[in-house]
Amino acid sequence: MIPLEIVDPVAATGLFSYAWLMIALPALGALVLLAFGRFVDRAGPYLAVATITGSFVIAVALFMQLLAAPVENRAVGVHLYTWFGTGSWQVDVGLLVDQLSILFALLITCVGGLIHVYSLGYMAHDERMRRFFGYLNLFVAAMLTLVLADNYLVLFVGWEGVGLASYLLIGFWQHKPSAAAAAKKAFVMNRVGDLGMVLAISAMLAQFGSSAFVDVNHGAANLAGPWPMVIGLLLLLGACGKSAQVPLQAWLLDAMEGPTPVSALIHAATMVTAGVYLVVRSHTIFDLSPEARLAVVIVGTVTLLAGAWIGCSKDDIKKVLAGSTMSQIGYMMLAAGLGPAGYAFAIFHLLTHGAFKANMFLGAGSVMHGMNDDVDMRHYGGLWKYLPVTFWTFACGYLAIIGFPLTSGYFSKDHIIEAAFGESALVGTLALLGAGVTAFYMTRLMLMTFGGGKRWLDGVHPHESPAVMTVPLVVLAVLSIGAGAVMNWWIQDWLEPAAGNHPHEVELLPTPIGWLTMLVVAGGIGIGWLVFGRKPVPAVAPAGNAITVAGRNELYGNAVNDVLVANPVMVLSRGAVATDAKGVDGFVHLVSTAISGFSVEGRKAQTGYVRTYAVTMVLGVLVVGAVLILGLAA
Amino acid sequence: MNVVFWICAPLMVLGGLGLILFRKAVYSALSLALTMVCLAALYASLEASFLFAIQIIVYTGAVLMLFLFVLMMVGVDTPDSIVETIKGQRILAAVGALGLLGLMIFSIGGAVTAPSIGMDGATVAAGGNVQGVAQLLFGRYVWVFELTSALLITAAVGAMILAHAQRTKPKLGQRAQAEQRMKAYADRGDHPGSLPNSGVYATGNSIATPALLPDGSLAEASISTTLAERGAQVDSTRLRELTAEAFADAQRVRNEEDEEL
Amino acid sequence: MIDQYLYLAVILFVIGAIGVMVRRNALVAFMSVELMLNAANLALVAFAWHHASFDGQVATFFVMVVAAAEVVVGLAIIVSIYKTRRSTSVDNANLLNQ
Repeated sequence: MIPLEIVDPVAATGLFSYAWLMIALPALGALVLLAFGRFVDRAGPYLAVATITGSFVIAVALFMQLLAAPVENRAVGVHLYTWFGTGSWQVDVGLLVDQLSILFALLITCVGGLIHVYSLGYMAHDERMRRFFGYLNLFVAAMLTLVLADNYLVLFVGWEGVGLASYLLIGFWQHKPSAAAAAKKAFVMNRVGDLGMVLAISAMLAQFGSSAFVDVNHGAANLAGPWPMVIGLLLLLGACGKSAQVPLQAWLLDAMEGPTPVSALIHAATMVTAGVYLVVRSHTIFDLSPEARLAVVIVGTVTLLAGAWIGCSKDDIKKVLAGSTMSQIGYMMLAAGLGPAGYAFAIFHLLTHGAFKANMFLGAGSVMHGMNDDVDMRHYGGLWKYLPVTFWTFACGYLAIIGFPLTSGYFSKDHIIEAAFGESALVGTLALLGAGVTAFYMTRLMLMTFGGGKRWLDGVHPHESPAVMTVPLVVLAVLSIGAGAVMNWWIQDWLEPAAGNHPHEVELLPTPIGWLTMLVVAGGIGIGWLVFGRKPVPAVAPAGNAITVAGRNELYGNAVNDVLVANPVMVLSRGAVATDAKGVDGFVHLVSTAISGFSVEGRKAQTGYVRTYAVTMVLGVLVVGAVLILGLAA
Repeated sequence: MNVVFWICAPLMVLGGLGLILFRKAVYSALSLALTMVCLAALYASLEASFLFAIQIIVYTGAVLMLFLFVLMMVGVDTPDSIVETIKGQRILAAVGALGLLGLMIFSIGGAVTAPSIGMDGATVAAGGNVQGVAQLLFGRYVWVFELTSALLITAAVGAMILAHAQRTKPKLGQRAQAEQRMKAYADRGDHPGSLPNSGVYATGNSIATPALLPDGSLAEASISTTLAERGAQVDSTRLRELTAEAFADAQRVRNEEDEEL
Repeated sequence: MIDQYLYLAVILFVIGAIGVMVRRNALVAFMSVELMLNAANLALVAFAWHHASFDGQVATFFVMVVAAAEVVVGLAIIVSIYKTRRSTSVDNANLLNQ
């Protein structure tokens, strides 16, 4: 273990003082869109696009400044104001613009902006479009708060903010009970993860007396006993909830009930990667605890395989992509769990994944747009001719995700697999297997959607989406192909001060493991072709073997949740209800019955006759007089 | 002094018992008046001449007369029912009264041991009973005295408000009343002139006796409807017979006298 | 010497109390209250005589003033109740338990 050199942020000057505008612009947009109601129905969506464009411009400008700055000045702290002080704790609201957060800001504003533009077309016929854009802006503001915060408490504000936006957007079509239930499910499962976050932050406040990244980084070395492991595992729990990692993975597939741009932005490119960001941001903690890192690796590996498995068996195009997202985030988690060797690769894969997965989700949205919002791939087929732009851009994403040489996924994923082999042969093999399965199910998706014969339902007339939707697709396709090559030789050095040093040298020519990976991927594609390419795909799903059924049922994640959590809670609740109804209420009713009985009897003393009161008064005088006289006598 | 006490005390107790035992409220009020007058006498015997006068003038003269006025307004002749309607009221009242009596006698008994001084010295020193009371009233208690004026004013205003009846229709003027009368005559044939007098008979001329019309029937309008409703109307038929007998007797006597002449 | 006045006052007071408790006619009950007030007055005057002080007599005077005011208001209430209920029985006015 090489002790890290911790970089203290320098004070903000010049343009950096205005970094808060990045958050403020979309927040203002959300406020205007949501508060002014139908007055901004028409202009609102364009305002939303304008605000996020503004944020993107600021992010690019700050990125340029960081590029130009000397290495030691590339972390800039922007102190905004003191939030609250209590006892010995003082919590400031501040932003940290460094190599890590600026990359996230770029990803969020760039992909987010493209998705905003795409939504102009996708949501054009929804009468609640303004509200949708308000929520999108709210999400962007919260997500930027999350990544730009300079301490864990402010990060948590953004963390909860994206959770809220996610809830609102998954349940955007709240008239569908399934959407409302999915939103609720996502919200509740995220709360489980948030519990871990809250406990982790509390532990930090207790141990370091501060939740600022700087204080945590400096204080981590002095942590005694099990504290690094405890905080690390709690942070991992939070990351699992937000990033849909096993065991808190069940909500992500249901979250596909939201509009497709939401799935692209929140449940593929940005929010679900917040867990990876959290782990990388807290690297000083994880560096100190091999146990916590091992847990991260296990979670990542299990999730990458589980996601791939689910992706292989689903017929719903969005759920395949959701499974794929789980799987890819599993890769990132795995990389992040590898320690300093993998942080940079985790972020690298996160960025490329943000581009190609958003591209594919938006492509899926474009397909659905042309197919009357049908999501069942068994009703697709042969679409390449009818949706040419969508097909070609989707193909770029496909090549990227399977790791076709020189596309972005090739660079980022191969590094992770190599690093995994560096950690242990088992993890490496599993990661390699995951790459093969990824190739298989993505090939399946491509063949079922764009290849083969038509299996369309009656009355479906596929048509290419308008330019407002295809232009973002093209941009994202370019990024999917090219981003990897651009960043491959650069990102490790760039991230080193923020995310730790790197032992890997990167070459253009594949390493032996790289060759092996290509071989496995080719095998996956081949099997996919054999199964789905050679003969026509049945329009009705075949019964399938046990593996397929398990995958279709999302590996029984919901059943596990039911057995482990829901049913015991139900039993407990019923018991509590019974106790309440019989025991507590019984006692209360007994008391109330007794009191009302006494009252009914006592009420009879109130005859309303003045003479009765006169007698009562005289008797009262007697009592008082007797007491006084006897008291005096005594 | 003792003599006065022993004359007055039994009368007062009798008056008190009369107050609560007479069934007619008028007798109760008069019993109370007896008690009040005797109380005034006791005040005199206790050398409180000012209060003696006040007791007679204010209590017996004003307050009790006020009671009698109200009694007349609400009806003097309806005796109270003596059946007790509230269950256990009499027993409880007896217990309360005996308890009160016992308690107070117990507390009085032996409470005063010092010999009484009597008012003589104080009265002489003050220059008279009225002067003595006045010195305190306009000296030490002047503020209380002034406050009582507010109390009395409030009570007077309150009594006026309580006793005041809101007029529900406008008061008719003389002209309107005359027009109403003529209208009633035109519509229903009511006689517009004054009502007939009550009857005058040989053995009675009370206002409760109806007059006779020329055809021998009773003039219903000749007695007040209030009297008629109360059943106080005297049977005129009987009076007429008596009168006719009286006239017949007189005629017979006159005829006999004429024959003698 | 003073004891006899006090015993008389007690007897009158108790008679008044019985009247309040037993009689249903509001006027009689009211007169019974007056009797109780007068019994207390008698005790006050007797004590004034006992202590050779005018204070008891002044207190009696004030009691009379208050009693006069009370009688005026009380009788007005009885009259107005009689006007609406055609009765002076205290038992008829039992709205206190409503």
